[in-house]
Amino acid sequence: MTLKLRELTEKTEQFGSGHALCAGCAEPVAVRQVLAALVNPPVVALATGCLEVATTRFPDTTWKVPVIHSAFENAATTISGVEAAYKALVRKGRMEPRPLTFLVFGGDGATYDIGFQWLSGALERGHKFIYVCLNNEGYMNTGIQRSSATLLGAWTTTTPAGDVRPGKLQWHKDMTRIIAAHNIPYVAQAAVHNWKDLMTKVRKAEAADGPAFINVITPCDRGWRFDTDKTMEVSRLMVESGLWPLYEVENGVWRMTGGGQKRRPVIDALKSQKRFSHITTNGDESVVAEIQRRVDAEWESLQQLCEMSARAESES
Amino acid sequence: MPDEQAWREIAIGGTEINPGSTERVNTGAWRSEMPIIDFSRCTHCMICWVDCPDACFEISDTRLAGIDLDHCKGCGICAAVCPTHCITMVPESSVPVKSSESGA
Amino acid sequence: MTTKQKASITLPAPLAINGGEAVAYAMRQIDPEVVAAYPITPQTFIIERFSEYVADGLVSTEYINVESEHAALSACVGACAAGGRAQTATSGPGLALMFEIVWVASGMRLPLVMHLCSRALSAPLNILCDHSDAMAMRESSWIMMFGSNPQEAYDQAIVAPTVAEHPDVLLPFANVLDGFTVTHSVERVDVLPDEDAKSFVGEYEPERWALQPGGGATFGGLDANDFYFEHKRQQVEAMDNSLEVVRRQLDKYAELSGRKMSLVEEYLLDDAEVALVVLGSSEGMVRAAIDQARADGIKVGMLRVRLFRPFPVADVRKALSGVAAVGVLDRAIAFGAPANALMQDIVMATRTLPERPLLMDFVYGLGGRNTPKQMFREAIDHVVLAKEQGAEPESPAYLGLR
Repeated sequence: MTLKLRELTEKTEQFGSGHALCAGCAEPVAVRQVLAALVNPPVVALATGCLEVATTRFPDTTWKVPVIHSAFENAATTISGVEAAYKALVRKGRMEPRPLTFLVFGGDGATYDIGFQWLSGALERGHKFIYVCLNNEGYMNTGIQRSSATLLGAWTTTTPAGDVRPGKLQWHKDMTRIIAAHNIPYVAQAAVHNWKDLMTKVRKAEAADGPAFINVITPCDRGWRFDTDKTMEVSRLMVESGLWPLYEVENGVWRMTGGGQKRRPVIDALKSQKRFSHITTNGDESVVAEIQRRVDAEWESLQQLCEMSARAESES
Repeated sequence: MPDEQAWREIAIGGTEINPGSTERVNTGAWRSEMPIIDFSRCTHCMICWVDCPDACFEISDTRLAGIDLDHCKGCGICAAVCPTHCITMVPESSVPVKSSESGA
Repeated sequence: MTTKQKASITLPAPLAINGGEAVAYAMRQIDPEVVAAYPITPQTFIIERFSEYVADGLVSTEYINVESEHAALSACVGACAAGGRAQTATSGPGLALMFEIVWVASGMRLPLVMHLCSRALSAPLNILCDHSDAMAMRESSWIMMFGSNPQEAYDQAIVAPTVAEHPDVLLPFANVLDGFTVTHSVERVDVLPDEDAKSFVGEYEPERWALQPGGGATFGGLDANDFYFEHKRQQVEAMDNSLEVVRRQLDKYAELSGRKMSLVEEYLLDDAEVALVVLGSSEGMVRAAIDQARADGIKVGMLRVRLFRPFPVADVRKALSGVAAVGVLDRAIAFGAPANALMQDIVMATRTLPERPLLMDFVYGLGGRNTPKQMFREAIDHVVLAKEQGAEPESPAYLGLR
């Protein structure tokens, strides 16, 4: 399975243009990459969020594939209903079986916070679908509020940097590892700047025998405070600093993917985003140090899981 | 204009029945800077195509053919990621190009 | 793991079953593509019995054991938008948890069916019957039909999808059944042969569906201030259309089953000078109280509203014209409102009658409070007194309150 960009350009674009997402937004890039990588035609469920409101304003739609939006928190459940209906329609002989990929896009708010229960339930029930979290670490659609995916120290409109509080006070939830604990066939972290890694993971997710989850970092130029042309650079810095490790858990086997990870201090990534300017420029150095300490610890833990997997694989 | 349709004339339930129809929206009007491609240095690697938020890179037979300026918002990602630096962002006002024409 | 389906379905017609089992029996015959539900008392008979049908391969349904009621209705929305027939069942707090998606389902014009086993809303926690849950959804653009016994639970369940899916309607349908008094009461229930039931309900054939081969529609998108109003006006039209569709389908069903059902059911109203108006299973005790009062020489009758949404204004006006005083039995409180829910509707329906009846409101049966015959007899006496005095009480009376 090799992915060649020039070949991929021959596939008809399933997500068009004219949508109202901001200039430089990473979300439509990730969506286009996911759709381009799929082998089967998709049926998509969307959570409420930037992607949904900016692409489905009546009477128009940016989508050229079937899409269902119901509410903020329940996209995983919506797609379970679609998948179940498909099975029953085929069983009843009311529809010919055909290859289809059931796909969800939800933001980090929809995934980590409000839709956590719905996603967990759908994964446990084993519906065959791919859940793609477009993670921009906050509620950008409502105006850049903090979510449980927001990094420690980040400025948001509900964690403003003030005289006594340096932005967000808490460490973020490790959603990818929480999902991995559901023991589904495929779980991965990806980043929007690394199209090849992301698309390879989409192909694996599509081929998985059960639910799959891909958590994609999609930097938000408005919310993270960087220039619109820096989206891919910021995504790369998140990976190179170890703030967003690229890895997969395939049938329980943990594996780092792609090279060039964690070769810089976190300060390099933080400095690329003005949401951290209060701690990176004459600010509280202890916050940066704390972020570095936690990133180092999580990286070490991740490496151990990968090494244990490698040992178990070589022994079996 | 569709937004003048009366209640009996529109699809029920808010179902949007024209796939890809946001293409009628000219988001090119958002732009303050415009990408210019120097085709003499373009290797048709398609990194710009795969990283474009607005699906603006026109492809002809797996080769880059131009930019859809009706939809390009001028974010500059393409210029930033181009390995051969053959895309340059220039101020919109400095290039008298009609939006329906190619940016090439 | 794959599941097999049995080639033929041969079940003996049940003789005596409870209302929950009657609904499940109808669901087996309808064989919806998707059933998604979460257990809650007093709805559980429905989903337990239906799960047995699934386990025995007697249905083609994908049964989704969701993790909450919100998810139950969400899965039904997905299934129905995908092109499948979808059903759920819930009670009180479960409906409250679903509430966001109650409006999504009707706004997306998805003709799914919910069997609502009425239960009081918390707090205090109470698992018993009243209509607080149903009243909370009465403005959500769902067709709502109240049954009064296990037989009607079955009959209404068979009719429900044919109304909801009618091209002039396309709205979700709530089959409202009183918790315990209907869901748990064992009675004789006559059922249709499977082939008759299946032929009556047919299959769901939407014009657009997400699994449609070659389809590319977007379902449930965003309306700004330029279209939302128009879409809501369409729902008004669909609600209006549904009333005659309900009437036709009930008539058609009567031809098949021999059981006549009307939008409103009348009892001894022809010569009645006073009347009680009721929803749901209390009608049995109300009839008994009326029989007793008639024996005492009081000319009293009863009007039971079966179709609650859309409210059958013309049928109600016709039934109550000529009645001098009417007592309205509300099994939920509309806190702070000028009248409780059913009373509001009766006031509006009768306000332009040439000789508008005197109206008085009774609140009864909250949180499963007993509803004995004597209580309704007391209500009749109140109404008679109001008629004699020619005065309407301004406040509701609370029947059975200590």
